[in-house]
Amino acid sequence: MRSIFFHLMPYRDLPADFEQRYESIWITPPNSELCDPRKVAQYYQWNLDELELADRLGFDGVGVNEHHQNGYGFMASPNLMAAALARRTPNNSAIMVLGNTLALYSPATRVAEEFAMLDVLSNGRLAAGFPVGTSMDVNFCYGIPPTQTRPRFREAEDLITQAWTRPGPFTFNGRYNQLRYVNPWPQPLQKPHPPVWLAGGGSVETWELAAAKNYTYSYLSFFGAKFGKKLMDGFWAKMDELGVDRNPFRAGFAQQICVSETDERAEQEYLEHVTYFFNKCLHIPSYFFEAPGYRTRKSTEFAIRTNQPGAIAAAAALEKNWKTLNEEGFIIAGSPSTVADRLIEVAKTLRVGNLHALLQIGSMPHELTKKNITLFAEEVMPRIRHIWDAEGWTHEWWPSGAASRAVTGAQA
Amino acid sequence: MTTTESPVDERIVQVGPIAARVLVAGTGEPLLFLHGAGGLWWDPFLEELARHHTVYAVEHPGANVSEDLEHLPGLWELVLFYDELLDALGLDSVRVVGHSFGGMVAAELAANSPRRVSRLVLLCPVGFWRDDHPIPDIAGIPPETLPGLVLADPESPLAAMLTPPADDPQALFEAAMRMASILHFIWPLPEKGLAGRIHRVSAPTLLVWGEQDRLVDPAYAEEFTSRLRDSRLARVPDAGHLPQLEQTGAVLAQVLPFLEGRS
Repeated sequence: MRSIFFHLMPYRDLPADFEQRYESIWITPPNSELCDPRKVAQYYQWNLDELELADRLGFDGVGVNEHHQNGYGFMASPNLMAAALARRTPNNSAIMVLGNTLALYSPATRVAEEFAMLDVLSNGRLAAGFPVGTSMDVNFCYGIPPTQTRPRFREAEDLITQAWTRPGPFTFNGRYNQLRYVNPWPQPLQKPHPPVWLAGGGSVETWELAAAKNYTYSYLSFFGAKFGKKLMDGFWAKMDELGVDRNPFRAGFAQQICVSETDERAEQEYLEHVTYFFNKCLHIPSYFFEAPGYRTRKSTEFAIRTNQPGAIAAAAALEKNWKTLNEEGFIIAGSPSTVADRLIEVAKTLRVGNLHALLQIGSMPHELTKKNITLFAEEVMPRIRHIWDAEGWTHEWWPSGAASRAVTGAQA
Repeated sequence: MTTTESPVDERIVQVGPIAARVLVAGTGEPLLFLHGAGGLWWDPFLEELARHHTVYAVEHPGANVSEDLEHLPGLWELVLFYDELLDALGLDSVRVVGHSFGGMVAAELAANSPRRVSRLVLLCPVGFWRDDHPIPDIAGIPPETLPGLVLADPESPLAAMLTPPADDPQALFEAAMRMASILHFIWPLPEKGLAGRIHRVSAPTLLVWGEQDRLVDPAYAEEFTSRLRDSRLARVPDAGHLPQLEQTGAVLAQVLPFLEGRS
């Protein structure tokens, strides 16, 4: 299994009574009141230091993503962070930008250009994430009508992949992107184009796209393997139905992970920061979570039929103590052997070959984050790296310029 | 209100690829009714209108069949849809009554096809934006706050019909789809250029506004009256954004004479 250190870049110093005083962590938390640029200057240094440390310690990839107007993860432009990482990751980790929220860019050739720049700058180490994006980002922060979320996403996906692969200049006549001349300089280094990684919360349409275009799919949620299993069972059933193989590397999942010397120490060190994450960073009212029309009839009917609780509702319903969070799989925490055992169990259950390891959680300070990253790299990663080897699959979606540590077993 | 109920005929009228659902009742001159974000219901206001007119109450496309919206990418296509619907119904010229979002569409229709609209009634319509009276984001507020915005009396029995039961995912979803089909045309702000078109409206126009409308402030009335060629405003006490349901009698006392050309 490939391990990617995925950084959300949260605000680490929200007031203690944040969730009582403010409506939401997303869209409306007042910036001039809550977001101190001097603190952010420090966070950005820490965040990049942490990602660079992961590269040095032999993670397969380093991951960044895009969100807007929030304290949960305020990396409005992941491409800026990825550009910094491309120059400071000598161990050649994959640069996973998961991703750019395609529907927000008009014309979407902007994404084709910036991803191509990153691919060239990193010598072919880019994984190009194409998320549909949250309703908060797309509809509320960027003003896209909810019913246009998916049509814009699909059109942008088509335009970007054409811009990367078709000799330019050519004409693109879309509903949202109408361009007489499409001819970006440069096209990407990776051929035919950087691997596309889809991410989502369980939309049937996204699975169908993954199958049709041979893209990977990562389930990005914070609600543990129990919820994840329902979704990933749906994903694999869809792959079976469409005649797609069960290569575990087509799928990934995000998991919050806390590693310490012992299970007890993990609780002592991390509980406060995990609680901060669930109480403050996920403080999102349901009416922001899904604007009417954001989800299609088809996907909603699937959710109702499989009795999926709304993710936020499910999180709210849980009593957030250490034991419950662990048992429900919201976090995987403990000694390296506890963590490795649980991860193997979850990966096998979900049948996923890519782990987006969330190792900086909520208010977790820099030193503790470095410890978490280091223990994971040194004591957990070696145990989970080869869990799919026996099945003999190749990872067709790994950036061709990135180091393939699973093959060499070597670390710089 | 007590009335003898008129039989309501539900018709499916094909308009190009869209199967429009139209409730038809009453006798007399034709009247087109365009509903707001709450959806289409045969309510006491329509019942009373149908005693004097042949009422055609149209369900906004996309409320049930989301694919309909693919044929209606923008407001222009929506207005043309209504123009074609009138053709399909064999109606050359009609009185039009529109509520809230339906009022905005009615004004757009009357601006696009001025000769088809003989008299126009707009009940608390949207269509303009004023920074001094921002219209709350109906998709971005706790559902339980909606009655307080929409009703003069948030405790009235009308409050129950504004929000579906929280424990019924299917009902919540159907309500969300109805809302989505309207947000499709007015997201993120319900101002889509009516100011540049409303001068084309030739029909005499009656504006009706609940004095306690906390969703679309009565101050918006002057955006209409200052631009329309022939308009009058009726402010309704003890009513909010649903004056035709909160004060049905008072609203009808304004609307019915106006539709007859008597005011």
